[in-house]
Amino acid sequence: MNHLSEEQLILHYYGEGAGEALPVEVHLEDCASCRAAYAALQRVLNVVDGLEAPVRGAEYGAQVWERVAAQIPGRRRLLWLPIQGWAPLRWAAVSAVMAGLLVAAFFAGRFYPQPRRAAPMAAADPKAGERILLVAVGDYLERSQMILVELENANAKEPLDISSEQERAADLVGESRLYRQTAERTGDTRVAGVLDDLDRVLLEIAHAPSHLSPEDLDKLRQRLQAEGILFKIRVLGSNVRSLGEEGAGKRL
Amino acid sequence: MELTDRVYVAKARSGDADAYRVLVERHSRSLFRLAYRMTLNEQDAEDVVQESFLRAYRWLGRFDERASFGTWLYRIAANCALDLVRARRRRGEDLAAGGEDAEDPVTALPSGAPSPEREALSSEVRERVAEAMQELSPAERTAFVLRHFEGMCIEEVSRVLDCKPGAAKHSVFRAVQKLRRALEPLTGAAR
Repeated sequence: MNHLSEEQLILHYYGEGAGEALPVEVHLEDCASCRAAYAALQRVLNVVDGLEAPVRGAEYGAQVWERVAAQIPGRRRLLWLPIQGWAPLRWAAVSAVMAGLLVAAFFAGRFYPQPRRAAPMAAADPKAGERILLVAVGDYLERSQMILVELENANAKEPLDISSEQERAADLVGESRLYRQTAERTGDTRVAGVLDDLDRVLLEIAHAPSHLSPEDLDKLRQRLQAEGILFKIRVLGSNVRSLGEEGAGKRL
Repeated sequence: MELTDRVYVAKARSGDADAYRVLVERHSRSLFRLAYRMTLNEQDAEDVVQESFLRAYRWLGRFDERASFGTWLYRIAANCALDLVRARRRRGEDLAAGGEDAEDPVTALPSGAPSPEREALSSEVRERVAEAMQELSPAERTAFVLRHFEGMCIEEVSRVLDCKPGAAKHSVFRAVQKLRRALEPLTGAAR
């Protein structure tokens, strides 16, 4: 057999030489010159391996989605498609629930032991109060979403300590109830339904064992995915943010 | 193509944005690695990832559901990166050109905790690797990155590059030959 060509050596390095692997191996055993050439090739390609890409964490995909989603034309319409049943009423529903939230914030300010700051402002200036409420609801949805995303992206192969998520979920449960009850009072049953789902999920997380086995985590994820809760709160959050931005824009 | 990808693609095509989100989240990291090795610049790689997913979204209707979504996405990303690299070359902005604003290939390399391989590379060697990569033509760089770093077989590389396997193979050959010429003196000295 003649000496191996550079192309043969490259193909051999990458395991591409179909049917030639054995003859090449045999030749390399016997031929010091080709063996040296192959070793030189290996050294070069091993050095190239050092060109590592920066590591991106588990949350990277969600960050990319945030950027991509913001630029998808007609995203808002698309995001509503899976719940088209209430699409014709969506703006009315969202507006109504926001108005309801305003009322709730007002009463919360009067009756709750630790009044929310938004309430007096809402009473003094309804538009300003509405914006603050939108921010509060958006913040609440975002914090809920973060908990769910963390659980969805957690390493499913090891037992998971979710005590931090539980603590935050417990904090959010009270808020969730307030918003849900307001939506129920204003007749926004579908919005109330989303908030009800979220309330139950947060409660479940808050009362789960603080260490989840991979199986428990998988069951929880399956349930979250089956209910599409993450998607629903993203939709609601997206619209709340849009309303907030529109409101702020008008003021300016 | 994984069954799940197929399912999510079908859902995304019917307007389910959340299904597309799953695809984005699933493929972002591998796409970033590809983009980074193609562009050798972190910010450019981020731009390529974002643009690739936007293009893929716009072109979902053209996607052949029997094909691999991952390969299709790689093709889009490779083309985005190629466009960017070619545009930079046309404008004389490629990192190898070493303009004042050009990012230093060495400092452009990933930071973070050093791996054993990384530690083994002196800054001079890393610089030479980055320079050698930039000497490759865009097609050679793409073919080499897909074959060497992404572990694609020549068939898959050819599908991404939309060329015949022979052409993809020769792009890999030329890339390796150029890299050998540029780096062998270093590895020989290190022997």
